[in-house]
Amino acid sequence: MLEVDRSTPPALIWHGEGWRLERLPPERSRIVYAPEPLPPLADPDAAIREALLSPLGDCPPLPALLRPGMRLTIAFDDLSLPLPPMKRPDNRQRVIEAVLDMAAAAGVDDVTLVAALGLHRRMTEAELRHALGDRVYDAFAPQGRLLQHDAEDPDGLVLVGRTDHGEEVEVNRRVAESDLLVYVNINLVAMDGGHKSTSTGLMSYRSVRHHHNVRTLAHSRSLMDQPRSELHSSAWRIGRLLGEHIKVFQVETTLNNDAFPPQLAFLQKREWEWGLRDRASFVAASQGLQLLTERSRRSLFQSILAPHQMTSVQAGEVEAVHASTIANLHRQQLVDVEGQTDVVIFGLPHVGPYNVGSIMNPLLVMCLGLGYFFNMYIGKPLVRPGGVVILSHPTPWAFHPVHHPSYIDFFEEVLAATTDPAEIEKTYEERFATDPWYRHLYRTSYAYHGVHPFYMWYWGVHALEHAASTVVVGGDRRAVRRMGFKPASTLADALEMAEDQVGRSPTVTYFRCPPLMLANVH
Amino acid sequence: MSTDSAMRTVSQLFSSRRPLPFPLGRPTWPSTVPYPPKREKLGTHYDTAWARRYPVRAARAAYTELVTRPVMAAVARPRTEGLERFDRLQGPVIFAANHASHLDAPLILSALPDRWQHRVVTLAAADYFFNSRLRAAYFAFAINALPIERTKVSRSSTEQASALLEDGWNLLIFPEGGRSPDGWGQQHRGGAAWLAARSGRPVVPVHVQGTWRLLPRGSKRPYFGTTKVTFGAPIAPTEPVRSLVGTIEDALAALADEAASDWWSARLRAARGETPPLRGPEASGWRRAWALGPSPKDRARRRAERSERWPRGS
Repeated sequence: MLEVDRSTPPALIWHGEGWRLERLPPERSRIVYAPEPLPPLADPDAAIREALLSPLGDCPPLPALLRPGMRLTIAFDDLSLPLPPMKRPDNRQRVIEAVLDMAAAAGVDDVTLVAALGLHRRMTEAELRHALGDRVYDAFAPQGRLLQHDAEDPDGLVLVGRTDHGEEVEVNRRVAESDLLVYVNINLVAMDGGHKSTSTGLMSYRSVRHHHNVRTLAHSRSLMDQPRSELHSSAWRIGRLLGEHIKVFQVETTLNNDAFPPQLAFLQKREWEWGLRDRASFVAASQGLQLLTERSRRSLFQSILAPHQMTSVQAGEVEAVHASTIANLHRQQLVDVEGQTDVVIFGLPHVGPYNVGSIMNPLLVMCLGLGYFFNMYIGKPLVRPGGVVILSHPTPWAFHPVHHPSYIDFFEEVLAATTDPAEIEKTYEERFATDPWYRHLYRTSYAYHGVHPFYMWYWGVHALEHAASTVVVGGDRRAVRRMGFKPASTLADALEMAEDQVGRSPTVTYFRCPPLMLANVH
Repeated sequence: MSTDSAMRTVSQLFSSRRPLPFPLGRPTWPSTVPYPPKREKLGTHYDTAWARRYPVRAARAAYTELVTRPVMAAVARPRTEGLERFDRLQGPVIFAANHASHLDAPLILSALPDRWQHRVVTLAAADYFFNSRLRAAYFAFAINALPIERTKVSRSSTEQASALLEDGWNLLIFPEGGRSPDGWGQQHRGGAAWLAARSGRPVVPVHVQGTWRLLPRGSKRPYFGTTKVTFGAPIAPTEPVRSLVGTIEDALAALADEAASDWWSARLRAARGETPPLRGPEASGWRRAWALGPSPKDRARRRAERSERWPRGS
């Protein structure tokens, strides 16, 4: 963390498909930087084999769970992870190949792969090939053994029970009827993994709504701190109940912070460390981007592949595995921060979990800023109660018509009427969730579920309650106002506007993310 | 505007030129962040591995044949003795030579048989030959130099040298640790003996005669003249390091005597213990200088000597 003074160079602030260089007010600002990338595992394939053979918790080694004649299902995280998408080979490919090697050695014939989409859009063939590798794809997809979870398939779901809180556990039929479920996870942030993987990725809307709602999200302090997250408590109850019906063998992997290729190395470095090459790359990239159209700029950014590398892999019983994963994740991402400030600034990048290969529409801007970035803390939020959140993003009034059809109607119809999450949930959620057209598009096209834009809005409910106001720098004014936020042309203007809320000379924290980090606020 | 004021404006423009703003110029360093320790890339930290790769070795072989050898032949007109000793020699070995001039290393390298010449690493003072990038690169290329600390024992240098020996490279070491300040030999340091004892490889003493007169310490340009390079018999490291240091020094003194007279006379003097010491007479400064003859820097005298020669122009 850097205390800003007059000698501090301007800070790079992400702004969608681009960046801004901004000077922060000296003597009352600080910049939280991500830790350096950890050294990766020397031999990830050997580490995966070792993890499968020496599982954590009360769980036998994977080969001991495999036998001829059994039904084995391997579920894996969808395209929302990791961000940016990683260079091949993906962690999922490495782990699934190792699991399949063991399954082949044990003579298991009935093996099916399931993409744990939850309510996300289906993956394209190219995306599946990227995640799984051609060898796995070509062995399973042509035979119909590579499935994508369908949360609206009446024949493909089974109700296995209810938790003591009345939460229905309706899971993918193939999973429910399997002798063993191996779940392969990429834990990019502390929110991922554990029971949340199965209770979100392989369940129906009927189950997911129990933890994805205004109440749970308002009481998740934060989403990245599982013991203090109501969302996770619900997911844990559902996952434990599922574990009573089916044996789950969880494999979780963590990545280092190496998020950008060498051409964009300046994005990984602190500004004062920029050498001639970094400055030349920055100037060339910034000037070059101005010559491109919005569409080509988006394509260019979406083509970035991260040189992420695996830092740990753990396998076995779900909760034991997840505890070890979180420790490894903290080793990479945790940054100690002393106290809260009046204002927090988040520069939002080009990609979030729900716009891989797509457009970052205003709802996703809100979800990324107030949902994800705001929640990247343990202890207390970076900004004090009643403080101001400043987001930097172009926030275009633009939606991907194939991926986000229900978002368009949510933005046009629902937000025009109200921005109150509780009111939105009560009045509109069920209609969107059960709309036959959205359901059809989710099941047969590449659309997110009809209810998904609601979850984007709920994701920010904790921030909306905590902060007094949100200012968006450089955003489309109409789009920003539609969401109930204040638009500002420049960061200086935004800070001026914040002063109206929090008083003269406010203290400022700039959370320079990505690369990803988790603030441990004392 | 007069010419004077125009000149003044131009000079003011240049004198008051401010650094370019970030990101075009360098970023300022926040005062709250300590500067990272500077990564040393020169001296003993200079990485010479590139100079031992095949393309560089080929280029160096060409450089030695096309530049070093012709230049040495023109400047130093070397006569080489003791080459027959290489017939029974198995590498890698440590060449230990006396050191009076910058000409010593290229002269020895150009005098070595081809088979040996291209597999020699020269241990060179890190503080002198590796104090700038250009100089380090040149010496790493031209004489395959490896930086060593001459004022203290550096583990990394010695370990690197040992590793090179194990890898089949011969080493050229000047045990005196630097060029002679007055033309006489200096006390030997233990590096060559220590490396020999550690690796079990033999030490080949090499005596270079006459280079001090051509390019003494402090001289900027060389004089033309004749030199003699004498290779001695290999010394197996069978004794303790401390006595091996003395053995190498004695062998070099005997070679110097051999170069000044002949092998048999030198052997006889050595047997009687009458080999003239390399370090010169133990006398006052002027007598030591006197014993070396006229100073090589005395150009007027050299010119006079040349003109007195008969027949003229020889």
